[in-house]
Amino acid sequence: MESIVVVGASLAGLRAVETLRREGFAGRLTLVGAEPHLPYDRPPLSKEMLAGDWEHEQVVLRKVPYEELDLELRLGVAATGLDVGTRTVTLASGTELNFDGLVIATGSTPRRLPAQPHLDGVFTLRTIDDCHAIRDRLDAGARVCVIGAGFIGAEVAATCRKRGLEVTVLEALPQPMVRGVGMVLGEVLARLHRNHGVDLRCGVTLESIEGTDRVEHVRLADGEIIECDVLLVAVGVSPETGWLEGSGLVLDDGVLCDSTLQCAPGIVAAGDVARWPNPAFDGEVMRVEHWTNAAEQGVYVGRRLLAGDGDDAPEPFAPIPFVWSDQYDVKIQVAGRFSGQDRMEVVSGSLDDNRFVTIFERAGRISGVLGFSEPRRVMQYRRMIVERGSFEAALEFAAANAG
Amino acid sequence: MKIVVDFDKCTSNAVCMGIAPEVFEVRDDNFLYILQEEPPEALRPKMEEAVRMCPTGAISIDG
Repeated sequence: MESIVVVGASLAGLRAVETLRREGFAGRLTLVGAEPHLPYDRPPLSKEMLAGDWEHEQVVLRKVPYEELDLELRLGVAATGLDVGTRTVTLASGTELNFDGLVIATGSTPRRLPAQPHLDGVFTLRTIDDCHAIRDRLDAGARVCVIGAGFIGAEVAATCRKRGLEVTVLEALPQPMVRGVGMVLGEVLARLHRNHGVDLRCGVTLESIEGTDRVEHVRLADGEIIECDVLLVAVGVSPETGWLEGSGLVLDDGVLCDSTLQCAPGIVAAGDVARWPNPAFDGEVMRVEHWTNAAEQGVYVGRRLLAGDGDDAPEPFAPIPFVWSDQYDVKIQVAGRFSGQDRMEVVSGSLDDNRFVTIFERAGRISGVLGFSEPRRVMQYRRMIVERGSFEAALEFAAANAG
Repeated sequence: MKIVVDFDKCTSNAVCMGIAPEVFEVRDDNFLYILQEEPPEALRPKMEEAVRMCPTGAISIDG
């Protein structure tokens, strides 16, 4: 393999190029990024960076010089096409890049509302430029309305409250994150926000976003009007696969890969964009949008690409997904796979406090853990998920380690 | 090899503890404790993984 192109210059793409060089790849290595910036860290964009506590230099992902990676950097130019047959990536500039190996790490893009108007003050939050634009408005004392009470919406709401700003959060479902965590924990999340002064409205239907030039208010289906200067649309993300249409790769809510993240010979995918059967969950085909997943997959695909298809091919990629969210003074951590439908038990603390651990059951095994400010215990239960432990054994551990 | 943690950056996600519990321990007070500041060379791959996987980039290796 003489040349490798990595498309996507965020966490997964950076970890991929670092791994390729560390593992001895000495050929031509190109890193393509749609944004003009060197790789930076996204989690602080809804927290420290939006709060005004951090600046750009604190979110730079690679603190050591790029020179030693010997990269051909192509930043500020998106990839627009892939030809698997001729092994060519086309860029928005018209440039064509030939490759022997390809890493697809283009991440995801915020979803928009079906009839989202083009008004000043209406934002999504994904990039550092988005963050700066929203932050400027917060600096000016904006009244904020957030659509969607998922992690991003919740973190932005928490940051706004920390800054002393009025914030309303609109959620279509009956509780925040109810599909993911169920009604009981959804209620706990709702209470957390309300206790910090967020005007959280669940089960509401958005009728329209109104204003002339600038957003002025949103109108709910029941006729109520909520005035705002900033409207953040935080209703999830879609994998960035538009540039792969017609390439022959299988696109199905992401790029469909095998259990080693390969989607065609010499072509691998990593991060938000990759969908693969995870052996740790009986081959459940999943796409994971978390930070640790992007980091782990970036490292993995670097090795995968160099291993080829012989006996050296690595073990399948079989992680236990993990994500955290810092809201107010609470660290929420989630590991494993579960939904709001699964059996849930509180194994430490009380849901009435902001410090507890809950675990989830699937088919007799512990499949997931969710903790509020209990990182040590979350990691203990995460280990049980790794080891495919029974739910009963996890409950016995909890009883023996109560407190 | 010396393990250095920037405790201003560390937010006790305990990812490092998941990777190398013999070196990193988050206790019930939610603070990270380093059990071996100079772990044996055999642990270097795990230490490098902990550096890469720390969500806040708080861990570095000196030497």
